[in-house]
Amino acid sequence: MNARIQARFAQLTAENRAALVTYICAGDPDYDTSLKLLKGLPGAGADIIELGMPFSDPMADGPAIQAAALRALRAGQTQRKTLEMVRQFRQHDKTTPLILMGYYNPIHRYGAADYMRDASEAGVDGLLVVDLPAEHDAELGPLARQYGIDMIRMATPTTDAQRLPKVLAQASGFLYYVSLNGVTGVGQADGARVRDAIGAIRQQSALPVCVGFGVRTPQQAASFARDAEGVVVGSALVDCIERAETGEKALEAVLELTGQLAAAVLSARQ
Amino acid sequence: MQTATPRFSQGADAQGQFGTFGGRFVAESLMPLILELEQAFNTAMAEPGFLAELDRFQAEFVGRPSPLYFAERLTALYGGAKIYFKREELNHTGAHKINNCIGQILLARRMGKTRIIAETGAGMHGVATATVAARFGLQCVVYMGATDIERQRDNVARMRLLGAEIVPVTSGTGTLKDAMNEALRDWVTNIDDTFYLIGTVAGPHPYPTMVREFQAVIGRETRQQMLDREGRLPDSLVACIGGGSNAMGLFHAFLDDATVRMIGVEAAGEGLKSGKHAASLKGGFAGVLHGNRTYLLQDDDGQITDAHSISAGLDYPGIGPEHAWLHEQGRVEYTAIDDKQALEAFHTCCRQEGIIPALETAHALAEVSRLAPQLPADHLMVVCLSGRGDKDMPTVLRLMEEQA
Repeated sequence: MNARIQARFAQLTAENRAALVTYICAGDPDYDTSLKLLKGLPGAGADIIELGMPFSDPMADGPAIQAAALRALRAGQTQRKTLEMVRQFRQHDKTTPLILMGYYNPIHRYGAADYMRDASEAGVDGLLVVDLPAEHDAELGPLARQYGIDMIRMATPTTDAQRLPKVLAQASGFLYYVSLNGVTGVGQADGARVRDAIGAIRQQSALPVCVGFGVRTPQQAASFARDAEGVVVGSALVDCIERAETGEKALEAVLELTGQLAAAVLSARQ
Repeated sequence: MQTATPRFSQGADAQGQFGTFGGRFVAESLMPLILELEQAFNTAMAEPGFLAELDRFQAEFVGRPSPLYFAERLTALYGGAKIYFKREELNHTGAHKINNCIGQILLARRMGKTRIIAETGAGMHGVATATVAARFGLQCVVYMGATDIERQRDNVARMRLLGAEIVPVTSGTGTLKDAMNEALRDWVTNIDDTFYLIGTVAGPHPYPTMVREFQAVIGRETRQQMLDREGRLPDSLVACIGGGSNAMGLFHAFLDDATVRMIGVEAAGEGLKSGKHAASLKGGFAGVLHGNRTYLLQDDDGQITDAHSISAGLDYPGIGPEHAWLHEQGRVEYTAIDDKQALEAFHTCCRQEGIIPALETAHALAEVSRLAPQLPADHLMVVCLSGRGDKDMPTVLRLMEEQA
């Protein structure tokens, strides 16, 4: 397991609280604002950062994150700039785990081996490639393990008990549990079903479980934070950027919501 | 006849890959669904009852076999190869698309699915899907780019008449690739009752194989018809390519016959150098989109770029993975025809043969106009007349006015 991710979950376990995992899209709404957001998130209460790599065709994402990717691409974001952003972030934060999340094609175009080397050097800890299921682990998995980058895998309500071992086989860091059938930011998870699913995963794996998709409010985050090791919030934060009239206001709104989410997650087990 | 070793017709491996192309590059949420679909497809194809039902609908509802027609005046005009048309435009709904739709809808019914979703560009696949959904009384939702809805109004009206709901897609660039993204998002949201009926030999495994299997009837018939008529196999086959389903359908039965030359024709739009084209093989790079690895139009950063073509049906930034593999293997030749050449061939076909071809098909006909004159009179050439051009009247009339 990647050292930063491992240390962070060890710390959270000791403090008996779940991780707040925040998603923003790199370069949204522009490079400078996005970098400020990135740097501000840990202070506002984010325990782990998921940084989206914008892609023109984000098939698993709902309207909020689609729009975020388009804003970033229009502002000129590229894979190289995203890695540069990570590099700049790492100069002032050595402990917060950073996961890059996105789709395979931009990595494929960059060249898998070059990409993993550059990502590792920039300070990336984990990689979640949405359209690279366990069946295609050979594409990036061996390189990731060579560079000490965790391949974060997703399990979903459609992943049954029979299939779960396959998903878990090459997973590391944590398991991302997708709380509903659908795309990011649309719909609401069924708490009881998610609890059952986490229970089933625990029988097969010791990996921390982070719950995402359909988690928007501090209340929802708190409800999942009782059972899961982490809660992922993305679309609700990205919506703050969309609504903001200026970069400064976006920064303010995202960090404020992050603070509220962090407080809710912290209170969940008290 | 030589014995055929199944070198090129063998299809995908257990991972759904043709060499390095194809595969199942989908989110985990879709993975169980495509595995279930693959199993259902394999089971159905091994059952004589399913195949008999498919044959019956192909004969009585689609109108198969489609004729193999000797294009006598076009042959005389070009003064070379003997040109035959495989008349897929005579099928119900006016294109090859329904061959695949009838197969998939029978499969959907076996799987107990009650809601059919599809993507469409020019609207031909949407119309064919709406048609079979109506025939079997299933709910039908068609995703169509907002841009395409504007330029294909007749087909939109047809789909609505047939009871389909059209969902305009404004995300991304509002074209076929975005419609496909939106259909995938729908599928992952409505997993229990929904069957995604993909219209071309793309998407995650098993779609490229499944669509090719349902379209392969084109080549099987052509083979028999040519043997009956000329007593031997054709020397060359020509077909247009967007995703590439009519081409795969025509080519597949001949892939292991070394003497049969095959030419797939991509859309060069305003020219390959203009950057405004839809030629994924000629002007793209290997990448991963919509569940498979293939050649894609993309920029240096791996962002998918827009395809451009006079024909909405070829306006897709990718190509079926089996084509990508056949290209790398050197088994099939791939060329590109621009808008202007296609339009010229369109008019020639109308006047010479009394057949109004689809603008997609006109790309294949333009390639025939380049090749045929250089070939001897005993060269047997088959071009897939993949669709009829009624839907293209507004586009063609506008272009004629602009040129007048």
